[in-house]
Amino acid sequence: MSKAFRLKLQDWGLLAALVALVAALSLLPLGRLLFEALAPGGTPSIATFEKVFSNPVTWRATGHSLEISIGGTILATAIGVVVALLVGLGDIRCRNAFVFCFVLPLMIAPQVTALAWLQVAGPSSPLLRAIGLAPAIGTPNPLYSREGIILLLGIEYAPLVFLTLRAGLRRLPRELIEAALAAGARKGRVLRTVVLPLMTPPLVAGIALTFVSCVGNFGIPAFLGIPGGYIALPTLIYQRLSGLGPAALAEVSGLSVLAGLIAVAGILLQNYMLGRRDYRITGNSLSAAPFELGRWRLPVEAMLWGYLSLVLVVPFASLLAISLVPIFGVPLTWASASIENYVYVLIDYPVSHRAFRNSLLLAASAAAIIVAVSAPLGYYLAWRGSRALKVLNLSAEMPYALPGIVFAIALILVFLKPIPVLNLSIYNTVWIIFVAYLGRFLVLGLRPVISGYHQIDRSLEEAASALGAGVLRRMRTIMFPLVAHAAAAGALLVFLMAFSELTLSALLWSSGAETLGTVMFSFQQSGGVNYASAIAVVTILVTLVLMLSTLLLGQRLPKGVLPWQD
Amino acid sequence: MAGLKIDRVTRQFSDFKALKEVSLDVADGEFLAVLGPSGCGKTTLLRLIAGFDKVTGGAIWLDDRLLSDTRSHVATEDRGVGIVFQSYALWPHMTVAENVAYGLEVAGLGRAQRDKRVNEALELVGLTQYGGRMPAMLSGGQRQRVALARCLVMEPGLVLLDEPLANLDVHLRASMEEEFRRFHERTGTTMVYITHDQAEAMALADRIAVLDRGVLEQVASASTLYREPATEMVAGFVGQGIVVPAEMRGAGHGGTCAASVFGAPATLRCRPGMPARAGAKACLRSVDLAFAAPGEAGMSGTVRRLIYQGGFFRAEFHPDASPGTAFVLEVPEPAPIEAGARASVAVRGGWIIPEGERR
Repeated sequence: MSKAFRLKLQDWGLLAALVALVAALSLLPLGRLLFEALAPGGTPSIATFEKVFSNPVTWRATGHSLEISIGGTILATAIGVVVALLVGLGDIRCRNAFVFCFVLPLMIAPQVTALAWLQVAGPSSPLLRAIGLAPAIGTPNPLYSREGIILLLGIEYAPLVFLTLRAGLRRLPRELIEAALAAGARKGRVLRTVVLPLMTPPLVAGIALTFVSCVGNFGIPAFLGIPGGYIALPTLIYQRLSGLGPAALAEVSGLSVLAGLIAVAGILLQNYMLGRRDYRITGNSLSAAPFELGRWRLPVEAMLWGYLSLVLVVPFASLLAISLVPIFGVPLTWASASIENYVYVLIDYPVSHRAFRNSLLLAASAAAIIVAVSAPLGYYLAWRGSRALKVLNLSAEMPYALPGIVFAIALILVFLKPIPVLNLSIYNTVWIIFVAYLGRFLVLGLRPVISGYHQIDRSLEEAASALGAGVLRRMRTIMFPLVAHAAAAGALLVFLMAFSELTLSALLWSSGAETLGTVMFSFQQSGGVNYASAIAVVTILVTLVLMLSTLLLGQRLPKGVLPWQD
Repeated sequence: MAGLKIDRVTRQFSDFKALKEVSLDVADGEFLAVLGPSGCGKTTLLRLIAGFDKVTGGAIWLDDRLLSDTRSHVATEDRGVGIVFQSYALWPHMTVAENVAYGLEVAGLGRAQRDKRVNEALELVGLTQYGGRMPAMLSGGQRQRVALARCLVMEPGLVLLDEPLANLDVHLRASMEEEFRRFHERTGTTMVYITHDQAEAMALADRIAVLDRGVLEQVASASTLYREPATEMVAGFVGQGIVVPAEMRGAGHGGTCAASVFGAPATLRCRPGMPARAGAKACLRSVDLAFAAPGEAGMSGTVRRLIYQGGFFRAEFHPDASPGTAFVLEVPEPAPIEAGARASVAVRGGWIIPEGERR
């Protein structure tokens, strides 16, 4: 076998293995779901859809999903746009610290946010009781409502709108603003006639992304909607499946395809707008010099930090307070405070103890494997890009872009029966959750690696290639070391998302295979709010510590890889 | 009527001084080029005049209106200064006509008058039929013309040009240079033109201000800069002069003085009445040097290299007295000498760099 042939074989073998892996994690389950919905039992029929669509529950849930998604998107857009313009164009101080905190809600699992806010607004809220505004004992928490869900979705996803708009503002050459100022235009007019028109594509893309995220959100409607009987599509799918088990699979497949279609509409809009670079923006890469806010600076800063203390400090302080009182309802004092709840959930109670271990291992090993796959996959996508590879990229994106609940249903369909040939069943084990994490979070590890590759001069690899190094050797000696930092950032994102995740495991967990998310959920449903709060506080701490640790990596990361780094 | 007065302007960025006490007067209707290597502070100076940035010392006046000092700062939008950017900075979401009309619209002009003036401006730059196009559909030279039209439609008293030709290819540069010259002749506007290209500066400007590391080295006409550089930096930067130590044999009389350079006697030009001093420096250019005629005194040394330049050679000559110094002589074809040969070079001209004349 000649050396040239061996090197070629290496290259094709590696690519084929990566294609097979991505196909197995993404195309196979999503294809299986479509097949189930369109041809239940193997024969094409629209029976499933007939059944799903003739049920008024479906329409009510779809209506609810649209209501909360549109409402949440409007709120998130309003907050995100205002903050992005102030932070992106104004001369506010401590910008990095502010961005870090502002993006935090996005990094905290939705069910944790929901739990925290429930403690703020309920009849037993220490805060509202202190100022005499608490609802009467016995009345339902006002957040158990459509408005409550919209409020939390808006807060959770405002950073998404912020991040896309901020990235757009960064790319806006400062000369375009300066030319307008030189023409005599006031700042308000520059904003209206130059900045906002040019920011339309990223803004619409951010709005579409937010909408898709709202449609797929499970934690918030699960915690706030189920108690009040306000059921959206994801919670309907969850209720059907957990109530009826696999018997409901045909019906939930139909519902999943419906939820998927709504999301796909948003994704298509997002891609279209992001791809719409009709404005060839030229100029140097310096972003605009900040507008001087003058005497408005202090009020603006006060407003921004005031917003943060409202959406971060207040709910999470309440959460912490609840987690420190041994019996729910007892007011927190120096005397009543104890770490009993923490001891219970971390050590004494075997189920939550196991859940901690499971989540930790699942998140860590998913992160490790995703990085190992992303480094070569990113290489082919970023440097060897072709039309066919674009499809590969899209398939890696789909499981993350679609609602998590949809992906979970797809995996159940694939793994309900033992894997053929191997005769191995992973349904009802921790392994199906593992596969789910690999598929869904692959893109989180992949994106930073791809942007890492884009910032490296490809001639570095070509030089090694000219010296006769095969693709595997080049990977090991040239590419991996160069993208290592970006890959580490990707691994961290995967870990953060997987560690406190609920959407997938809510459908895929089984006894022995609990995760932190599912244990929190069941504590909350069974009245163990202080235990749920203790778990939530631990996940927040883990998230915070990991996010802060990335500040050490600092400047060595490609720009825009970690959302909380401005 | 717009004369610009820059009075001891300093701009400090944390611990880095980008401009150090720069003073400059630009007369009404003058075309002044600010020339310097990259990082010399010329763009900072432009941004201070435009009002994009604030001075940390000194003051900027336009006629008798104070634009900037440490206590007050007129915002860009109130300065009425026209700017042409290197990157053109055309708004990509507006048509050519809309780009040009923007300032008039801001000023509150009526539709009819606006259209009239936009048409006039486009006609002036030869783009009348392009009004409806988007900037992305234009070539680089056309975009720069639109940027110029957008600036001149406002009839500003002062126009700042920030390396406007740097993004254009060589052929376009010549025609755009012509365009700027016509524009200046027709309008009589005061223009400050930032560039790192001395050929461009010499071709266009009435006077050239040379900046280096935030310090104004010299302001003078192109020929004065070339013939009588005030500092070593100007001598080396403009026309690639070589600065060497010169021994002054006497004081300057009538603009020349007797001196010797690496042992070769020479009559060098200098400031009239300049006293003889130790440690003087001279600026020599290749036209000042020639292989010594038989019997003529010169500096002895070695010709290290001959590079063919088409019709003539560039000979690199290293004097024995200072082998690290490389003089360049232009030698017509056929070369009378070979690389590696010993030679004697006579100094037939040159300029004693005056001391302490930086301004």
